[in-house]
Amino acid sequence: MPRRAENLRAAIAGGDAALIGRERSVALSAMGRAMDADLTGRRILLRTSDQLFAALALIELDGVADRIVICPPDVKPEHLPSVIECAGIEAVAGEDPALAVEGLRFAPVHLPHPGEAAAPSRKTEWVLFTSGTTGIPKMVAHTLEGLTGAISGDGAPQTVWGTFYDIRRYGGLQILLRALLGRASLILSDADEDVSGFLARLGRHGVTHLTGTPSHWRRALMSPAIAGIVPAYLRLSGETADQAVLDALKARFPGVPVGHAYASTEAGVGFEVADGLEGFPAAYLDRDGPVRMKVVDGTLRIRSPRTASEYVGGAALLDDGWVDTTDMVERRGDRYYFAGRTGGIINVGGLKINPEEVEAVINSHASVRASRVSGRRNPIMGAIVVAEIVANDNATLKDEILALCREKLPPHKVPATLRFVEKLELTAGGKLSRHA
Amino acid sequence: MSVETIVRGEFEAVAREQEKTLAGLSDDTVLLESGLDSLCFAIIVARLEDRLGVDPFTASEDVYFPVTMGDFIKFYQDAAQG
Repeated sequence: MPRRAENLRAAIAGGDAALIGRERSVALSAMGRAMDADLTGRRILLRTSDQLFAALALIELDGVADRIVICPPDVKPEHLPSVIECAGIEAVAGEDPALAVEGLRFAPVHLPHPGEAAAPSRKTEWVLFTSGTTGIPKMVAHTLEGLTGAISGDGAPQTVWGTFYDIRRYGGLQILLRALLGRASLILSDADEDVSGFLARLGRHGVTHLTGTPSHWRRALMSPAIAGIVPAYLRLSGETADQAVLDALKARFPGVPVGHAYASTEAGVGFEVADGLEGFPAAYLDRDGPVRMKVVDGTLRIRSPRTASEYVGGAALLDDGWVDTTDMVERRGDRYYFAGRTGGIINVGGLKINPEEVEAVINSHASVRASRVSGRRNPIMGAIVVAEIVANDNATLKDEILALCREKLPPHKVPATLRFVEKLELTAGGKLSRHA
Repeated sequence: MSVETIVRGEFEAVAREQEKTLAGLSDDTVLLESGLDSLCFAIIVARLEDRLGVDPFTASEDVYFPVTMGDFIKFYQDAAQG
């Protein structure tokens, strides 16, 4: 692992890569200082509008700050006070004073100007949010060493990474770190840019390595602008990659390697599959190496130096060193296939939904007696939310329930279909059966 | 009702529900420029499976993602005949 470095700034030193945003790019060879405040030993909440400034602040603060809590783009302002208290935050870093939090020091992040940045002096703890289900998101603590554990080698020369992910979440952060450690450029997406616009920009900047969830890829495959990219490597993760999307990518880009990876915020990068088939070889369970896998009660467990160390201020994450991924797998022949999640968690295009949250909203309607929310396989988003409802049906109830859901829930959590049923199966323990 | 009428009806219904403005739906409208997002397409595909009994994305032997409205309608017409 030639580019293993104590901190990010040391890792990028001497390279000539760039971070390429929609509005502006930053050459990392000339990366001076992107922050003026000395935040040595501080616990920082990183809250940015633009991914580019998040990347600059991470390079600036790694090895300097004691802890960096990285806010994803969709973090709710009402959750910040508990995040700040739980993580012992001392200052907020961002590119715009509008991102400041009352009562806390604000440390601006700007485009780099010449100057010596604060000297790295410690191992910084990196804290990410889980891709969140209900209520206050959980914070998951990592080290740079763990986050970069799956990154090997110098990378091919002239690699230009692009990603549909946001670098403020685990999947996107992996790509940022891959680019930085490989001293390769990275093209960042922009929240206000549609998929065709981003694909056109990826093509213009000569993307060679492109990554996203299966849902990102399905959307890209529906865009004529996909004709403008000439990638050398494609990668999917964050959701189960089905055979259809793998085959569609192989057909669209003949001869280009298409890999899918298993990773989660808690378990880190588990494994990669390069044979073009969905699922993973059962032999992976017997492999030696840093990452060990086992299947217990039908769910995948991972033990690895890349797993998170803990939930910040919360429950234990590891059970005797193992992370329960809560991903259920089924063995057919010499391969395992993903078969949903325990607890009925639904993954809609990489966003995780707890069915109980949606059921609580439906059940708050006076005419509803019971409901069960589940995921239905979908070729566009991986899964969509559907609901079965026990109620005294009337002509307007369906519309009323949907209106209630739309008022209380973001669009991806609103059931796509509602079905009225006589009754819902219960388990022997009297709980709603999650596997109808 | 023809497959085309059903497909167009679902596009309009989902656009209305999701409060999206459809940018017209001629055969050469690029789906991603129709004003609908991925979630809308996901819902349309699920509803069409319920109404027509087919999901050509999953059923088809050929791996294919339609680009225009005309492609999408033909995709369903072919699947419904098969």
